Amino acid sequence: MAHQILVHAMSSGGSTTVEALIKHPMDSGFVKDKAGKIIPAHYIEVIEFTHKGKIVLTGYWGPAVSKNPFIKFSFKGGKSGDPIGISWVDNKGETAATSSNIM
Amino acid sequence: MKLALIVLASLWAAPLAQAASQPDPAADLQGFQGYFLKRFPKVPLAAYVNGPYNFSKSERDQWKQIIEFPPYAFAVADGKTLFDTKFANGKTYASCFPNGGIGIAQTYPMFDAKTGRVVPLGVAINRCRVANGAAKLSLTTGKLADIEAYMTSTSDGKPIDVVVPHDPRALAAYQAGKEYFYSRRGQLNFSCASCHVQAAGMHLRGDVLAPALGLTASFPLYRSSWGDVGTLVRRFIGCNKKVKAEPEAADSTAYRDLAYFMTYMNNGLPIAGPGARP
Repeated sequence: MAHQILVHAMSSGGSTTVEALIKHPMDSGFVKDKAGKIIPAHYIEVIEFTHKGKIVLTGYWGPAVSKNPFIKFSFKGGKSGDPIGISWVDNKGETAATSSNIM
Repeated sequence: MKLALIVLASLWAAPLAQAASQPDPAADLQGFQGYFLKRFPKVPLAAYVNGPYNFSKSERDQWKQIIEFPPYAFAVADGKTLFDTKFANGKTYASCFPNGGIGIAQTYPMFDAKTGRVVPLGVAINRCRVANGAAKLSLTTGKLADIEAYMTSTSDGKPIDVVVPHDPRALAAYQAGKEYFYSRRGQLNFSCASCHVQAAGMHLRGDVLAPALGLTASFPLYRSSWGDVGTLVRRFIGCNKKVKAEPEAADSTAYRDLAYFMTYMNNGLPIAGPGARP
């Protein structure tokens, strides 16, 4: 339940569109809780997508990205059944990864 | 002649007086659904579950993109995990509900003849927790909303089937909910019906007001302004605050009865929960 990543990847016409929804609080470090204490910054710094082990997208994220971020992109190539990998590292050193196949 | 008229008049008045004192949910349902169908002839009955998206193309287009990858997906997944997690005594939520809790959300809120009160799904989930030695959860958001989201997702597309039994207490609860719906309150002096019947389909600043018909079918739902999934009760509290009225307690009889009336008015419409709204 802690770290979930949902991925859909579809190939059509020689390119593949990848959509992912990532569960993460993405706390900016500027928000206070009900008791008035600052919620410490906690956000994804690097996110990587791979196609058959080769990196197709690297994102350098920061505190400006929303909670539970959604990302959609496409790359040339890829066919049905190919593995798509996704992983992220946040500023606390926590990490999560998952993989899926192109539909 | 005069006497005959008086006799006739009294004969005619008697059933009327009885009708006024006795709530008639079935007739209300026909009138309620008929009102909207006549006012918006282009919107088919089942489409009312999509609320504001029937009235604004731009909102509809955005919504279609949003539900391609629904923001409530995590809530449903977490809800399933919670639903399948055993209590300390080894039982699960499935033991508290008919059919193991799967595909039954369309029958809530339910009238409970034992306590004489209306039981919405959220209250039933809390009852199940208490019966199995766990603490109650908040009825508005968080874990309970997630469990409700999962249970509702298993009822997707099933027609809403809320029953008002021939029990004076059930009819009284229905009538109280109806009165709450049509009563003006708060500094702005609005009733639920002011926005969701009278002004349905019109704009409230940038948003389109959803008709009361179909309103409950997509709860619990993800609201972008909440950034989270919340229950119908959470929306009741929000609506009361918006018209500057003191909200009721989440577990209050007033909200239970209101949910009972509103969901009964949606009978026959398909469950479309969890939903997504701006």
